[in-house]
Amino acid sequence: MSSGRCAACRYLRRKCTQGCILSPYFPSNNPQRFVSVHRIYGASNVTKLLQLLPTHLRAEAADSLYFEAQCRLEDPVYGCVGLIFMLQQHINAVESQLVKTQAEIAVMKSQGQNRETQQAEPDFNNLLLRQSDNEAPLSFPNQVSSGFI
Amino acid sequence: MRGQEPRSTSSCAACRLLKRRCNPNCIFAPYFRSDEPKKFAKVHKVFGASNVSKILIEVPEEQREDTVNSLAYEAEARLRDPVYGCIGAIALLQRKMIQLQHDLALARSCLARYTATPSCIGSTDVPVIADPLGDFPAGCGGSIDSFSWNLSYELNQEAHMYDFSQIPYV
Repeated sequence: MSSGRCAACRYLRRKCTQGCILSPYFPSNNPQRFVSVHRIYGASNVTKLLQLLPTHLRAEAADSLYFEAQCRLEDPVYGCVGLIFMLQQHINAVESQLVKTQAEIAVMKSQGQNRETQQAEPDFNNLLLRQSDNEAPLSFPNQVSSGFI
Repeated sequence: MRGQEPRSTSSCAACRLLKRRCNPNCIFAPYFRSDEPKKFAKVHKVFGASNVSKILIEVPEEQREDTVNSLAYEAEARLRDPVYGCIGAIALLQRKMIQLQHDLALARSCLARYTATPSCIGSTDVPVIADPLGDFPAGCGGSIDSFSWNLSYELNQEAHMYDFSQIPYV
């Protein structure tokens, strides 16, 4: 690679020095990547942005800039904000469904608990009646009947 | 209101920042009012005036306001998070969506169980709470462990960084 200019320097028609900040992230084998980023942000802004970042974060930054630039080129009005808006709408829809399903579960649970309570009451009555048969019948049934009216 | 009197020398925020005369056909003037200097400053810092102008020229006039607002939103996101910008917000939302879909699938299977066997109400069932993003601790039967709930809670907390409610075009 005798004249190994990066895609950025090739596009900008300038010499690509050894310390070129753009060359690691805009290799010559993918010229379109820099073209997209340049169209939306400009070389100067991209350079300034990358210079402000620590070296180990620059690759991620370059990737995210490329993604956003692509989104903006495909949708000049909303760019990637359109994607955010769409995701928010989907999330709202799924949340509504989840709340609705949870409410249905709560209803089913309470219906089941009511059923259990109703099944428990006759057993208690029978138990008391059997006890009253075995023991002194005089006072106990009165107390029972007054409790279950 | 101020500003309604015709002033031939009133510059928009863009022309003020760029220190140039604001002519009547200024493409920025309708969208970058002089009382909102920060809006243009942010957009200019990230995209540059020339690029913004080219983008606005390419879109129909009736869509330029939305375009400017979305550019302002992206610029704000990029200045807050220089590494990921809006992509960070998108990633968060995608994770949130996946988590919610998972929760919904579990809730639906739970509901299907109740519907199939209405008498089957075990004492181990976790009570369902209405807030899907906060207190819904697990699916019925304890299928979702506390880790998933914590992740859901963290996503909800982190999402506030980006203040999506500010998107004007609902």
